Amino acid sequence: MSTHTRIVFYGFWLFSFFLFCAPLQARLNIEIFGGGTERIPIAIVPFADESRLPHRITDVVSADLQRSGLFRLIDPTGLTPYAPAEVVYGDWVNRGAGALVIGRTILMPGGQVEVQFRLLDVARQAQLTGLATIVPVTQLRAAAHHIADIIYEALTGEAGVFSTRIAYVLKQGNKYALQVADSDGYNAHSIIEYHEPIISPTWSPDGSRIAYVSFENKKPVVYVQTLATRERKAVANFAGSNSAPAWSPDGKKLAVVLSLHGGSQIYLINADGSGLQRLTRSSGIDTEPSFSPDGRHIIFTSDRGGSPQIYRIPVSATESTSAERLTFEGGYNVSPDFSYDGKSFAFIHRHNGRFNVAVQDLASRQVQILTSSQFDESPSFAPNGRMILYATEIGGHGILSAVSRDGQTRQHLSVQTGDIREPAWGPLLKQK
Amino acid sequence: MKKIAGVLIISLLSACASQTTQPTDVEDRSTGADSSYGADSSALGSGGTGFHPLNDPNSILSQRSVYYDFDSYTVKNEYRPLVIAHAQYLRDNPNAQVILQGNTDDRGSREYNLALGQRRADGVKNIMTLSGARASQIESVSLGEEKPRAYGSGESAWSENRRTDILYRGE
Repeated sequence: MSTHTRIVFYGFWLFSFFLFCAPLQARLNIEIFGGGTERIPIAIVPFADESRLPHRITDVVSADLQRSGLFRLIDPTGLTPYAPAEVVYGDWVNRGAGALVIGRTILMPGGQVEVQFRLLDVARQAQLTGLATIVPVTQLRAAAHHIADIIYEALTGEAGVFSTRIAYVLKQGNKYALQVADSDGYNAHSIIEYHEPIISPTWSPDGSRIAYVSFENKKPVVYVQTLATRERKAVANFAGSNSAPAWSPDGKKLAVVLSLHGGSQIYLINADGSGLQRLTRSSGIDTEPSFSPDGRHIIFTSDRGGSPQIYRIPVSATESTSAERLTFEGGYNVSPDFSYDGKSFAFIHRHNGRFNVAVQDLASRQVQILTSSQFDESPSFAPNGRMILYATEIGGHGILSAVSRDGQTRQHLSVQTGDIREPAWGPLLKQK
Repeated sequence: MKKIAGVLIISLLSACASQTTQPTDVEDRSTGADSSYGADSSALGSGGTGFHPLNDPNSILSQRSVYYDFDSYTVKNEYRPLVIAHAQYLRDNPNAQVILQGNTDDRGSREYNLALGQRRADGVKNIMTLSGARASQIESVSLGEEKPRAYGSGESAWSENRRTDILYRGE
């Protein structure tokens, strides 16, 4: 018993040390092929004593990793190591696990929980990374997302996005709520509620503000709201319709769509509502702007060619600059969202009466359709580019769904009652 | 605080679905835009004359909606007489004012549909001004897909929602 305690104590310091000295550089000997079609086999052993907690940490971690589409969960049933000394690596080799997650939870006085976890490389029989942390019991899900991010980053070399947040609109009866939730849909809360529609929420690059369109004054007006203070300001409230806000990557400007001078055209405006400047000049509809990550281009939906298609225009465009058409397959391509690496964009593509999430590579113009449902809308890239959040419909109800970038994995998020739509995936924030 | 649960299985969700096609209350339409856009309606009123022709079921002026094909803002020939009749009424009643509300079905992009609804309303406005109405008598707005008159999926609901409504101020 005392030996056991010493091992745990020693282990705690060992991986605290590891964490500070060699943060998350280690990788498993597993290659990812073809955009994640080869999945990393990982076994996650339920942490010691976690069933006494309101949320089982490993349930959250498992769901996160599975949703990413890059992992295959290996059933740990019958094996319960909590510490490295208790791991018989041969058992895990036999089950086909390449990585193993073990850990424990210790309930402390005052509603605190100590969470310890280790990520082990089964082939090398070595620890890759780990974490020991003390969190309030109310923050267990956040701690679990953080652990999932550490595992994800250690095994893929890319940033995990499980600790990020999402925004979306929930319609219940005739009430509309703009809500913010964790990336898995938990911990949802409303930031505004109205009896008129809310559409097009979008996160500022630093995650502190959300721009959206509210019809509360009986017409569409663009607002910017600061999450911490709930302070809000109408930043585009011109004659006619004001909609489709998009943040510039530096957070200083918004692209918005106004009917101020006729039609629906794209304008740039400072985030405080000053300095209005017209960007597009067409006789048709120009809407749904999305900035390139370098801030130099905007892609948008336009029907200038007779059907809605996606175009690209430099932000420095003058009156004589013509936009470049990007989509050519099909007669209805809308709602572009630039990927964070700037190499592709997600959009909604109509074919055979279906509206589906598709991704187009900018260089090759290759289009990949990722979903097969009937009515998909509002694709929004995860900040690591690996997943796309979108709105879809099941049985006449609006729900959110996430599809992996390779189209192989999908998961639904839903509410008990009401319609959920207009999702926007928040940015990656610096870990404390 | 609404709790959202990550749900893996579609079948759990489908049970909640019950969609029927039902007309929206008339109030819904008026709260859509009429009340605020009509803020100045007390001054401009009902045009002073000719209230009855607008509501006479035998008059073409009692028809107030123009319907469209999917992703189209073209006013079909069958609706042109209706639009022109309203234009002539506006021409003959300079104090009369209308709000044109463009609507779309709920498929595709909400923002594109907002712009499409605007284009539908603008298209009707264009025909009206070419037919003798003054631009100052007409305000065109879009409700996009946000205020459907008919709920549900299927062509009957969609076609009902692809529509520009002509609303007279003060009515």
